[in-house]
Amino acid sequence: MELNFTGTDICAINGTRSPAEAFYDVVVVGAGPSGIAAALEAKQAGASVLLVDENPVSGALMGNDVPLYFGGRMTAATQNSERMLEAVFMSMPALELAMEAGVELLLGVTAWGVYRNGPGVQSLPEQVVGLADAKRSWLVGFGRIILATGARDLALSFPGWNQPGVMGAAALQMLLIRYSAFAGHRVLILGSHDLALETALLAIEHGVEVAGLVEVRPTPQGSGELVSKLAAAGIFVRCGTAIALAQAGINGIEAATLTSGEIIACDTICTAVGLIPSIELVDAMHGPLELDGQRGGYVPRGEANVSAVGLCAGLAGSGFDHVQYRMDWVRTLAEVCSPETIICQCEEVTRADLLGVQPPNYLARPPAMCARSLGTLLHDGPANQDQIKRLTRAGMGVCQGRRCRDQVAMLLALEAGQPFGTIPLASHRAPVRPLPMKILADWNEPAEMEAAWDVWFGIPTQWVPVEDVGTPYEDAHRAMLYTGMYE
Amino acid sequence: MSGSEVVIVGGGVTGLSAGWWLARSGVKVTVLDKFIVGWEASGRNGGGASHYSSPLFDEEQRLWPQMDDLLGYPTEHQKERILIAMTERQWEQYRFVAQRHQRLAHPVEVLDVKQVQEAVPLAGDNCFGGVHYKFGGHANPQRSVQAYAWALQDLGGTILQHSPVTGFDTAGGRVTAVKTAETTYGCDAVVVAAGPQIPQLMAQLGIDVPLAAARAEMIITEPAPMMPLGGVDGHKLYGRQTMRGNLAYGGGPHEWVDMDEGGPAARPSTPLARNLARRLAELLPKAAHLNVIRSWAGLIENSPDGRPIIDRLTSPDNVVVASMSSVGFGLSPASGHAIRDLVIDGKCSFADIDILKLSRFAGLGSDWRERRGWMPIA
Ligand SMILES: Cc1cc2nc3c(=O)[nH]c(=O)nc-3n(C[C@H](O)[C@H](O)[C@H](O)COP(=O)(O)OP(=O)(O)OC[C@H]3O[C@@H](n4cnc5c(N)ncnc54)[C@H](O)[C@@H]3O)c2cc1C
Repeated sequence: MELNFTGTDICAINGTRSPAEAFYDVVVVGAGPSGIAAALEAKQAGASVLLVDENPVSGALMGNDVPLYFGGRMTAATQNSERMLEAVFMSMPALELAMEAGVELLLGVTAWGVYRNGPGVQSLPEQVVGLADAKRSWLVGFGRIILATGARDLALSFPGWNQPGVMGAAALQMLLIRYSAFAGHRVLILGSHDLALETALLAIEHGVEVAGLVEVRPTPQGSGELVSKLAAAGIFVRCGTAIALAQAGINGIEAATLTSGEIIACDTICTAVGLIPSIELVDAMHGPLELDGQRGGYVPRGEANVSAVGLCAGLAGSGFDHVQYRMDWVRTLAEVCSPETIICQCEEVTRADLLGVQPPNYLARPPAMCARSLGTLLHDGPANQDQIKRLTRAGMGVCQGRRCRDQVAMLLALEAGQPFGTIPLASHRAPVRPLPMKILADWNEPAEMEAAWDVWFGIPTQWVPVEDVGTPYEDAHRAMLYTGMYE
Repeated sequence: MSGSEVVIVGGGVTGLSAGWWLARSGVKVTVLDKFIVGWEASGRNGGGASHYSSPLFDEEQRLWPQMDDLLGYPTEHQKERILIAMTERQWEQYRFVAQRHQRLAHPVEVLDVKQVQEAVPLAGDNCFGGVHYKFGGHANPQRSVQAYAWALQDLGGTILQHSPVTGFDTAGGRVTAVKTAETTYGCDAVVVAAGPQIPQLMAQLGIDVPLAAARAEMIITEPAPMMPLGGVDGHKLYGRQTMRGNLAYGGGPHEWVDMDEGGPAARPSTPLARNLARRLAELLPKAAHLNVIRSWAGLIENSPDGRPIIDRLTSPDNVVVASMSSVGFGLSPASGHAIRDLVIDGKCSFADIDILKLSRFAGLGSDWRERRGWMPIA
């Protein structure tokens, strides 16, 4: 075939994409207080505004600890989507204000990806955010996007943590405040900074018994005032100790054993050591991030047309280094973990296999494989969490690394003897929430897309068997498989 | 050539396999990569290993079933494939392909709808039929990359990551050294296996290699129940069920891109994930409720005829250039062997690979890319 031909590549993406279904000057993701405020402000400035919030998420997602670390401690009430929707609406009176002001509000709608042209992609007709509800997905164009996605729980592993009843503080708060759907009765809280103290007070307020707080550092870390308030209620922080084991029965957690030897009866263990700003969307769109220990870890740096507000932009700086604090917890818990302790729940990756850079159990481990480890990998260059993820599968599961990404990053830093942040965090990818294939699917794609669709590049000579080259079979191949590929 | 030094530019599957083959022959090899092994296309592809169009096909087929043992590390290689036709037109095309395989003595079986459903539990009755390839297969790209890298190290080879090559020293019609910003690596021979970066590097040696880079995308689901055979695709998708159960699939329109000096700045995926999800939901309807949990993109280069370029230059005469033209993962066991042969013996020992010579593009106008519309969107 003549190679120096002139034509168009009809298998290129050019002009084949689905258009956005709507356009708003401003899209705000997350209808918490800061998201609502941002939406109102934009509306008052005359912009068309769409405000979306994924809550209430489905019971199935909550069961996978998405978006928060629910630890299986939600009541059956969370299965009732109408009740949940009402609960979200009722818990946020400002939502009504926003709607009255003319903000378009969509609840139960997830923003799963933000896309714009940039290095490596110029084919998008406009910048869009991918949205989905329980039935379908669609694209919405925007002029400016404001991420008010909040913060999510930091999960930490210790022996027995992978059982129902071990959960995060943000999840507990949401179940208590918003949904009145917390299934536990007696909770032990890990941590003693303000997050932990506030969670304890909230629990009491909602009639949940608090068995106590546990702190690896020698003194309580949060506000003295909150510590006294709790003490007045007979609740104390056990300092200089950590959880050594979570014991569970048929309904999940029944007791916690501390490194001090003390055994505390409880049905819930709430990890309240830290919140992680929800940067999934920013990271998945390759937006710039920076590490700031005082603001809770990686936070968006912000760019023209993409801004972050509220907890997503970082926790309020108070001089407290959250990253150092978490590292102290991880260091202490690393000592109570055995090689068999699970680190990645979805993929059942143990601590030994993570640090040994070993493949999952369904693969053979010949002697050469067993001799490899993070240590040998470090000879090749600085550690990279994505590389280790691909080898061990830690963080590759259906929770999308929500339960283990941050602690794996800390464990790798610890094991490599490097400060946190020198090892890049495993990347987030769209869809940033697990989305059923049939919902993500574009059932209304333009005919141009189907016309351009080939399994690979549509190069007529690429897949001609070498035996057939220059024979009539080559022409037959082209006629059958590549008719009109080049016009 | 024992005792001599070969420097390989590029730690993708091609460079690593070549390095492993050379190390097996007692050659001292150093692989330089700008970042981490397999970070580009080699760690982002569909894992397909059924390249019947290639002169390296027989060697690909011979080697894959042995690779775990030869390398000493798992690659997750699995045999065979099934293609399912979801439209009348695809059914016609796939049967044509099946006939061609029969003519070429590649074992295939044509399946009716019932047989497809038996062989592929996630398929539905919405298909037209299928073709079972009793050859070919697939492997885990990321694990395979690392297996080559580790096996190469076990044989005494060196891998230097975070070492972008910036140029070469030449003398007397040969490359005498490969240079990075900090270090000069003396060498007896060079293999340039830098994927989409090949044209930039070869231009420094005054050699024009016509290649155009493009971006392609994939999606992956949470684990599905294991199918008896993981290499199921068709419906103009390629992909596989991983040994963990996840469904990893790609296909559809590509985007031509410009290559920056230092390599790609980003490899963004796009809403094409939705078009992939749609076709996968049609192909495997019993998995349509499963969650898609990630998408990604990778960059690959293509030559004007879409076939690899594997060639030892005449001047400088100690340089082998190897671009796999977007079909290089599956062929890697064989491409490495061919490159080894070219470096050591000047000739491929197991196949006639003249069709892969760079000289086939001599006389191609410098505007070939523009003329056929392989240009980035302005
Ligand atoms: C989405 C997708 C799906 C695919 N599916 C399949 C499939 O199913 N089957 C199949 O066989 N193939 C498939 N391919 C193609 C296959 O991945 C590639 O052909 C193959 O990986 C090429 O390997 P390589 O080593 O030649 O190049 P690359 O993987 O591109 O490696 C080149 C290496 O060179 C390094 N490098 C570049 N410049 C320099 C420099 N100046 N100095 C040092 N190092 C440098 C890069 O960092 C890179 O690691 C797919 C590709 C993509 C993107």
